[in-house]
Amino acid sequence: MIATNQGGAGFLGEMDQLQRSLARDVDDAFVELVAEFRDGLFSGVRRLVPQSVDAEDICAEAFLRAYRALVSMSPAEIRRLDLAPWLWTIALNLCRNAARRRARKPWVQLDAAWNGPMADRGPESQALDRSHLEALLETLPSQQRAAVVLRYIGGLAYSDIATATGRPEGSIRSDVNRGLKRLRRMEN
Amino acid sequence: MKELRDLRSTAPESLTSQVLLEAGLADGYVARSGPGGEMFVAFNERGVSAIQIGADPAAFERWVEGTLSRPAFLVRSMPERLGRAFDKALATGRLGSLAIDWSSMSEFQQKVLRKTAEIAPGQVRPYSWVAREIGNPKAARAVGTALARNPVPVVVPCHRVVRNDGHIGNYAFGPDVKRTILEIEGLDVSSVERLADRGIRLTGSDTTRIFCNPSCSDARRTTDRHRVEFRSEQQARDAGYRPCRHCRPAAA
Repeated sequence: MIATNQGGAGFLGEMDQLQRSLARDVDDAFVELVAEFRDGLFSGVRRLVPQSVDAEDICAEAFLRAYRALVSMSPAEIRRLDLAPWLWTIALNLCRNAARRRARKPWVQLDAAWNGPMADRGPESQALDRSHLEALLETLPSQQRAAVVLRYIGGLAYSDIATATGRPEGSIRSDVNRGLKRLRRMEN
Repeated sequence: MKELRDLRSTAPESLTSQVLLEAGLADGYVARSGPGGEMFVAFNERGVSAIQIGADPAAFERWVEGTLSRPAFLVRSMPERLGRAFDKALATGRLGSLAIDWSSMSEFQQKVLRKTAEIAPGQVRPYSWVAREIGNPKAARAVGTALARNPVPVVVPCHRVVRNDGHIGNYAFGPDVKRTILEIEGLDVSSVERLADRGIRLTGSDTTRIFCNPSCSDARRTTDRHRVEFRSEQQARDAGYRPCRHCRPAAA
């Protein structure tokens, strides 16, 4: 069964504290921000970009953009941020750009598409080191895939995914539901 | 079916270092060998920030974190320009164009270390010399502390500062390492120590009637026949000698 639980208890409290530290001293607290988000961001980004794109580079760039933005913000602005969705907005943009850059270079073989389901390659032909589920995930249409990945791998709440993607929460819920249904169907 | 959340994985360690290094929130470091042996050299965009001789990576990282309040990550190489300036500084024993990150140091420590960097390789000066040269003649003790906490030894040559009685004295990495570095730089450490044992702090030439720090390059040119020894500045002045303008063994 596909699991539906997310971040542990106390997560919101920790987030608050991190945000207060950032508002006090960005340089001092940024190390904590990276420690807090690196695994979630990396796991999610890895499922959203073609295999040929280095997820680590995308995450590094996302963190650096976040850092540059944070140092230019006032403490009040930092306290008002929705930290997780804000970071994901930056990361999602970078994922999209990376996929687009690949698409503009036809000589670089497009891996599983950010832009849509795979045309003729079945999941069986995927690299052996990736699980069945990983391969299936790559066949989802981009918006469904993003919603499912942010929800279950990124551990974001529906409202946060809505903020991160700039789409209504209702659409996110239905994307997640459709995505899950599709995964289950393909699995059988 | 493998659960979706199991696809959550751990980001590579290099992600954190890449981000913090590029944001300037961490220093990179490399291993180098120098006159005192193997050492670790940390740096950032301001320049070389920390050096330790003979440490292991974990201990070095802890020390950098404690001294600079920033993490340090082992990287493949120094930026090319900095690396070249560093090699040159090691080879010549002078800072030259090597950039140093002075930002972790107090104003006083900076003054002490910048003055220390003026001491030529192969020569030594007492703590009191540094204190007088930076305009704080009574601060020899504080000078000693500032030197003992030198975050960038070897390139900022705190090993060239010795006890006021002329003995080589202690070093953060042990007196033997200090002795070795000084000898590699061309100082005859045993004869310096022998002079100190005999209470001799200054030497002069009876042809020029100038007195020097014993390791001053001018003092070392004096032949034995013309060399005179003094236990103090007063003794030298009473004998009608004046201080050398190069090594400035006393206020002019």
